[in-house]
Parts: sequence; structure tokens; C-alpha cells
Amino acid sequence: MIQLEAASYRYDDTPLLSDMSFGIAPGSFHFLTGPSGAGKSTLLKLLYAELLPTSGQVTLFGQPAHGMDRDQVALLRRRVGLVHQDCAFLDHLTISQNICLPLTVSGKSVTDDFAELLAWVGLGHRADAFPPELSGGERQRAALARALIMAPELVLADEPTGNVDWEMSQRIMTLLLELNKMGTTVLIATHDLNLIRTAKSQVSTRVLRIKDGHVQLAEVDL
Amino acid sequence: MAWLRAFFDFFAGDLRADGIVPARGHTAWLVFFAAATMAFLAVFALAIAVAAGRLANTWSQEMAQSVTVIVDGPQDQRQAQTDAALRVLETTEGVASARALTPQEQRDLLSPWFGDEIPIENLAIPQLIEVIPAPQGFDAEGLVLRLQGEAPNARFDDHSAWRDPLVRSARGLRILAAASLVLILATAAAIVSLGAKASLAGNFKTISVLRRIGAKDAFIAKVFVRRFTLRTLTGAGAGALIATITVAFLPSAAATAGFLTGIGFTGLGWLLPLMMPLLFALIAFAATRTAALRLLQELT
Ligand SMILES: Nc1ncnc2c1ncn2[C@@H]1O[C@H](COP(=O)(O)OP(=O)(O)O)[C@@H](O)[C@H]1O
Ligand SMILES: [Mg+2]
Repeated sequence: MIQLEAASYRYDDTPLLSDMSFGIAPGSFHFLTGPSGAGKSTLLKLLYAELLPTSGQVTLFGQPAHGMDRDQVALLRRRVGLVHQDCAFLDHLTISQNICLPLTVSGKSVTDDFAELLAWVGLGHRADAFPPELSGGERQRAALARALIMAPELVLADEPTGNVDWEMSQRIMTLLLELNKMGTTVLIATHDLNLIRTAKSQVSTRVLRIKDGHVQLAEVDL
Repeated sequence: MAWLRAFFDFFAGDLRADGIVPARGHTAWLVFFAAATMAFLAVFALAIAVAAGRLANTWSQEMAQSVTVIVDGPQDQRQAQTDAALRVLETTEGVASARALTPQEQRDLLSPWFGDEIPIENLAIPQLIEVIPAPQGFDAEGLVLRLQGEAPNARFDDHSAWRDPLVRSARGLRILAAASLVLILATAAAIVSLGAKASLAGNFKTISVLRRIGAKDAFIAKVFVRRFTLRTLTGAGAGALIATITVAFLPSAAATAGFLTGIGFTGLGWLLPLMMPLLFALIAFAATRTAALRLLQELT
């Protein structure tokens, strides 16, 4: 599904990520971890072609990232659900309009699944609220719903539990685990090792750790 | 053609898409007023161009219809020279008729300038021969040569001495008005695309969210292009309408009227200023589309 071969990235003169080679298989559940500033968000950006590797190859759904034009990047992103720490909603649209935005921009109409999805993330009663009126946990779950509305093959979540308390982060993790059971590939970037530990008991997961600019497969015990 | 299809396509519009980018009052009014002002000026430039063109045609065609032969020289040869000139004219191909003006007619021509009391018989007034060319016209150079041979005191005057500079200046005026029109349209295009760019830059956050969830550039651009094109269309519509009404109330523009009373349109020409808003909209569409697609590449 995703393949990196000797991929490196640098913002300026000092390399941030070097010589990364790994793959993400369909249906798998991955964590990406490392201290703050290690380059987790940057690596995710390589995976949805917001950034291109400064050297090496990133292959997304069988297509080299370097060869994609802007429309192909747009089409790629319809197959990838993104969940961000700063959920980035459009504040003048309601929550349900925000969640349906990926459908709108790709010219699709809202399906019956929408109400089901909204209920699944526990926001059935908040559909007509505006984003600033929501709590942090509600926003995160709305962001998850928006990421899932297109039934993506891959979900990339960047610190999806960064702004919420422990209980809510467990709830969000449960949603992501359920999603994976239904066949969606999931990759979660987080610096929160507790989160990884609780997930490990429920799903077989691979943990990728960024250390000194390199990605390594983490040891079983964190 | 694909482009023209896109132009009409987007009037069908996607209302859901329109709501995604909030419209802000500022640039909206700027673009509306700029389009109105530019369209107002453009209609005047167009009116002047049309009037100057009409004038140049009138002077160069209708005046060319009347030709005069002037018989000068000593009084005692006047009659013989006039007869000789008339014989030449009668045998010239392309001359429909030629006739010597009577003393009374000559007096009538001069009286507006010198009064009625002039003793025309005592003055050294040349004899005038009115020549009416046949529709196909005649060979002026050949006529001049033959007159020189048969009636050396007869001069041929097709009024080009005063007509040519007038025609030249009317044509110059038309070029000037057309150039103004082009400049006005270019300025309108620049203002509209500047407004669209400012609006795109001001909505950077919205745009980057849309890109992340899989919006194509064309989709995002369309929201802005549509908005700015419609704004330009309504602004230019208002400006062109006011200008057209103003032109209509200027003194009449009958085809025979002089220049100062002739700024305006005649007949189907009145459709020209009403095309102006469409032209503005087309230009706004092209300008904002180019600007938006280019800016989107730079922004995200
Ligand atoms: N656009 C950018 N330009 C320059 N440096 C950046 C940019 N984005 C991130 N960085 C730097 O790259 C490093 C890694 O950032 P990031 O990928 O956000 O780390 P993480 O998500 O692991 O906290 C940080 O030192 C950050 O300052
Ligand atoms: Mg980060």
C-alpha cells in the first residue's frame, strides 16, 4: 500500500529524516512514535504527498509520489483519511457540513451511512453545531468522522488524542481499533506510549520509532 | 472550446460548493465598483470610436461624390474656357453630368460669407462647374491631364485638400478610442484578478483544508472564479447601463449629424454597449481563472 525506499527529508540544511525504508501493508495497524520534534508529522506529510522526499522514493498506492501531478495528489487524498491534532474545520460550516466536505469537494452526494457514522462517533446530537461550540473530544471525533466519510483505504492520524483527556483518548482508540477490524489500514502518530501499550493488548500492531532521524522497528517492550 | 464550455458550465453552479468559501464584503464591493466604472468608461470610448468611424466614412465617401471644376483666368476667355471644360467633362467616362453654375447660384453660395449686396459681375469670381460622378466614378488623373490640354484655365477640385485631413483625424480619433477601450479592459482584468488573488490569499486556511481532503485545484478555483465573474458581470452591467442611458440623452446621433452631436449609436449599434458586460465577464473569467490556478500552485 505504502512503500518507502531510502527516503530522506530535509527542511533546510540539516537532514530531519534519513534513509527510511519500510512498507505498510493493507489491513495493518501501525504506530509511529518518537519524541516531540522527531519528525512524525513530517513523515505523515510524505505519506499523503504534502511533501516530497528530498531523496529516495515514496510509493503511494503503487504510484511514485514524485510523478504525481496536483490532480493525482487530490485523488490520492480521497483514498486517505487524515485526522489532525488541530482538526482544521471551517468554522462557518456546521459539523455535519464539515464532515461531509470531502464528499462535496469530490462531487459526491451524502449517503445514508452518514447518520450511522455520526452516531458511531457519538455526535448524532451535535450535527448542527458549529465547530467552535464543540469540546476538544467532540472535535477530535468529528475530525475522525470527516476522515472516514469517503470510506478510505488508509487512515493517517496525527496525535489524534493530543488535546483530550485519558478517557476520551481511550474512546478514540477504540473507534480506530474497530475501524481496523473492518479492514481499514491505520497509522497513528503519537508520542504517548501509554496509548500504544493499551492498544497492543487488543491488536497486533507494528510500532515504528523515529530515532536520530532514522525509522526503526521498536522493541516489543516500550 | 473546452474553455467556452467551462465558461457556461459554471453558471449552472454548485451552490453547496459556493458556501464553502465565505464571501467577505470588502473585495466584493471593490470589484463591483471597479467593474461598473470601467464599463461606464468603456461604453464612452466605444461610442467615440463608433462615431469617429461613422464620421470618417461620411467624409470620405459622401464628400467624394461632389467634385467641382473651377475656371479661372482672364475674363474675356472665361466663357470659351468654360465651354471647353464642359465638352471635356461630357466626354469623360464616369461623369454623370456637368453643369456651369448660374451667376445667381454663385451669388447664393457666396452670400453667407459676403452678404447679398456683392456686385458679382464686377468681381474676379471664377466660374464653377458642378460635376456629378456616375456611381463607378471616373479617372481623376486622366481628367486633370485632358483639362490641362483643352482648357488650361480650368482647375479640378475634389475637395481632398480639406477633406483628407479631416478623414485622417477622424481615423486617428477612432484608433485612440479603440486603444482606450483596450486599456480599460486590461485595467479591469488586472483589478479583478488582483481582487481574486487577494481573496484567495485571505482564504488560505480554507484552501489548505480543502486541498487536504482531496479537492482539485479546478474545484477551488471555480468557487473564486465564479464569484468574481458574477460580480464583474453585475458591476459592468450597472456601469454599462448608466453609460448607455447617458449616451442616449446626448444630442442625436443621426448618421448625417456633425461630430459633436454625433457621439452615440444608431440602429443595431445600440446592442454594442449592452455586449460590454458580457465582454467584461468573459475577461474576468479568463483573468481570475489564470490567476487562481497559478496562485493555488504557489500556496499549497
Ligand atoms: N515547514 C517547516 N519548515 C522548517 N522546519 C520545520 C517545518 N515543519 C517542521 N519543521 C521542523 O521539523 C522538525 C520536526 O517537526 P515535526 O515533523 O512536526 O515533528 P513531530 O510531529 O514529531 O513533533 C521540528 O524541529 C520542526 O521545527
Ligand atoms: Mg507533530
